[in-house]
Amino acid sequence: MSSTAFVGQRVKRVEDPDLLTGRGQFLDDLKLPGLLEAAFVRSPFAHATFTEIDAAEARAMPGVVAVLTARDLPAEMLDKRILLQVPHPEITYAVTQEPLATSEVCFVGEAVAVVIAESRHLAEDAAERVIVDWEPLPATAHCDAALKPGAPAVHSTMTDNIAGRLNLSFGDVDAAFRNAAHVIRERYEPHRGTGHPMECRGVVAVYDLVSDAFRIWSSTQTPHNTQRAVIDMFGLAEDHVRVITPDVGGGFGPKNQVYPEELVIPAAARLLGRPVKWAEDRREHFLTTTQERDQVWDVAAAVDDDGRLLGIKGTLIHDAGAYLPWGIIMPYISATTLPGPYKLPAYRMAVTIAFTNLVPTTPLRGAGRPQAVFAMERLLDAVAAKLGLDPAEVRRRNFIQASDMPYDMGLTYRDGAPVMYDTGDYPDAQAKALAAAGYDDFPARQKAALAQGRHIGIGIGNYVEGTGLGPFEGATIRILTNGRVAIYTGAAAAGQAHRTTLAQICADELNIDVTDIDVVGGDTGVMPRGAGTYASRITVNAGSSTRMAATELRGKALALAAAKFDVKPEDVELTHGAVRIKGEQGDSITFEELAKMTSGMPGYALPKGVKPDLEASGYFTPPQATYSNGSHVAEVEVDPETGQVTILKYTVVHDCGTIINPMLVDGQVQGGVAHGIGNALLERMVFDADANPLTTTFADYLMPTAEIVPTCDIVHMESPTPLNPLGAKGAGEGGTIPAPAAIVAAVENALSPFGIRITDCPITPQRIVELINAASETNQEDR
Amino acid sequence: MPDALPERRITLTVNGKEHSAVTEDRYSLADFLRHGLGLTGTHLGCEHGVCGACTVLVDGEAVRGCLMLAVQAEGRQVTTIEGLAGDDGTLSPLQAAFMDNHGLQCGFCTPGILTTLTAYLRDNPDADEPELREALSGNICRCTGYDTIVRAALAAADAMRKGATA
Repeated sequence: MSSTAFVGQRVKRVEDPDLLTGRGQFLDDLKLPGLLEAAFVRSPFAHATFTEIDAAEARAMPGVVAVLTARDLPAEMLDKRILLQVPHPEITYAVTQEPLATSEVCFVGEAVAVVIAESRHLAEDAAERVIVDWEPLPATAHCDAALKPGAPAVHSTMTDNIAGRLNLSFGDVDAAFRNAAHVIRERYEPHRGTGHPMECRGVVAVYDLVSDAFRIWSSTQTPHNTQRAVIDMFGLAEDHVRVITPDVGGGFGPKNQVYPEELVIPAAARLLGRPVKWAEDRREHFLTTTQERDQVWDVAAAVDDDGRLLGIKGTLIHDAGAYLPWGIIMPYISATTLPGPYKLPAYRMAVTIAFTNLVPTTPLRGAGRPQAVFAMERLLDAVAAKLGLDPAEVRRRNFIQASDMPYDMGLTYRDGAPVMYDTGDYPDAQAKALAAAGYDDFPARQKAALAQGRHIGIGIGNYVEGTGLGPFEGATIRILTNGRVAIYTGAAAAGQAHRTTLAQICADELNIDVTDIDVVGGDTGVMPRGAGTYASRITVNAGSSTRMAATELRGKALALAAAKFDVKPEDVELTHGAVRIKGEQGDSITFEELAKMTSGMPGYALPKGVKPDLEASGYFTPPQATYSNGSHVAEVEVDPETGQVTILKYTVVHDCGTIINPMLVDGQVQGGVAHGIGNALLERMVFDADANPLTTTFADYLMPTAEIVPTCDIVHMESPTPLNPLGAKGAGEGGTIPAPAAIVAAVENALSPFGIRITDCPITPQRIVELINAASETNQEDR
Repeated sequence: MPDALPERRITLTVNGKEHSAVTEDRYSLADFLRHGLGLTGTHLGCEHGVCGACTVLVDGEAVRGCLMLAVQAEGRQVTTIEGLAGDDGTLSPLQAAFMDNHGLQCGFCTPGILTTLTAYLRDNPDADEPELREALSGNICRCTGYDTIVRAALAAADAMRKGATA
């Protein structure tokens, strides 16, 4: 029997032809008859109350159909807030946003009214004329300040700014510190950035009066969450709310949330009886789309004389922003990620989640992990410096070995299962990274460069990442009467090429070409149950479900054909879109004929005793997270005069288990590193003391460009996991997670002649020059 | 505020076809192409001239569609992503190289990158990697990390030197 073998190959993407010719259909491309457009009236203050909104002038403007405030929304929405996505028992104040604020706003950009007009231009004109009687209140601009006595309350209903506390520990931490030869204490402060997909958010809603049903298109990573939130808000049955993702121009985490606009726009469409669209612009994206990464880590490592870890303890303050749309899962992930690939006998981390008057934080590519890896890897660099050891050697002395797998860290992961590393060879990953990076020769390179007056440095970042979280992501596969095969899945894509990946898995099972398969994802109308595209979980979950469904469908197709030919199922085989009787002269029946036979079409008789069933569904439910890992090495040059950093070489060793499509994984890694470079060197959301955002254009908030991001040298390791039928682990975030740690370490190493230490990121040219100047002043004082 | 916003009729050629349409004076060229002519292949990523997603060719030169008014395109030749393939739908060497080299992920920035590189490679057929990276420095891509875009551009240049056309 001939068979296809797409899994493991660099299969070209089935998504590309449309996207390369302008035929993609992104949210703002949707055109519906009678479509109205929306512009929101947003708070100019980080914290304020209001009582009156005067929209009389705006309502009289050309092309304006309606101006809606909270009071004008349907009765079902009164006193309701957006459904909390990830409840957690340790949340002390589970506050999410109102669809439109009723009397208090808690960050700049929070919406209080919406103008619906014949065009976006006209809606914006009118939004400027809406008058709100603002009463500004004191605001809190940073999570550290939020916890200080006397800090302004982020919500006027609160007496403190604490959103929740978490305490995680294992082992005898006090004994570890009592017995330590050395204790190294550090404070680390990663800063806020955001995802900035090139397509901003957006939503289109149509209300069908006849069926009392919404059809909603949203540029989201998780249509099912949007559906759940709409159902919760309006009290409708599932089949009256269909949420569809069109082509989505990137997500990176922030499109994983349900936003006020996704509730207000459907409400407006129902009130006005016309389709309504809101397409976020970049300014709104800077103001209102969730962000992440402000944390303050005060950590101490207890080590023996050889640099072996005895224990780590500390505190973590996590910035929630003004609301908790995604609960407190990010700091939980941070605290469980910190131990990483190292044997840590004892650990205690006390986490405080603080509200601030800033746009809420939710998972952003890496989701709390880049900060944790920054803290751990920088702490190991500090241990190395203190003991006079090579940073690579300190890591080698502490690695969990491949023979230790599966390895129980001693904590519970966010999915409720123990943090149990499944497979991986962490020492070998670092060894391969060091070899590819030319680490052993680096001291000679550095010396030669310094002789020429050039400052080059090298840094290491290792990580372990929990991926592939459940509960599930389903797939239904059907053979259609046109002879093609359709895969329906809850998974919504935003550039990851799910269509290609899932088609590869299915094609191998059904012995057809990937181009014979249509993948429909991210539509609650074709797949009623789903979680969403986050936590590097789609290949593990939807991929495994696709494999399971395809295997079952294969059996059904064989059984149907066997019944048709009146032979045993083992006497027929699949061959490129048909089932045939084995042997040279065997009869065959095409998928098209099989599908017609089971469709009820007159003239296609069904064999006796056979169900008209030519589809199968798979719901893979992973028992726990599966742990990807990797090792990054950055080599940089720093100009001490200007503070400019040039990345000379970037090496990645990446292990995400069995690889379905190496081309796509390379793309995820390279793109992820680029995001990490932004976090390391460029991207920072800056706010003033009153919590006003100061970086609200791409001229102020710098994104990595083609001149900054080098071509990564990527080495793959494949440690298949036994936890799913594919052996696959997640690959979407590993490029980003250790990059800030590795790059900042390299910058610090390059500037070792100046004796500076870097404990925050991004490390901008301005900050580098500040640190150099401060260090040289200190040195002069010492003399 | 006057009830009627200033508007005028403009005539221009887009992807080889002449169009005559009324536009508000304040409409950007990108908004006009998208909403006036229904050519939604041109995407808006920032609307302040930094990200480059809205880049189109005006009389052959790469121009930010968000920074040029539609009325300024009167009488001009405009090329968008919809006009890059051959009349029979054959992908241009650059488009084909993007598919072969995984030069796109979500595809949102791709229209501006294809138009930018179409003009650049026409004028610089022997461009090397550092030159291509500089040429791309006004286009932000969040997904790819640029490597595959550079590979695709180098491959397209090579194919075009060997005579490939759309």
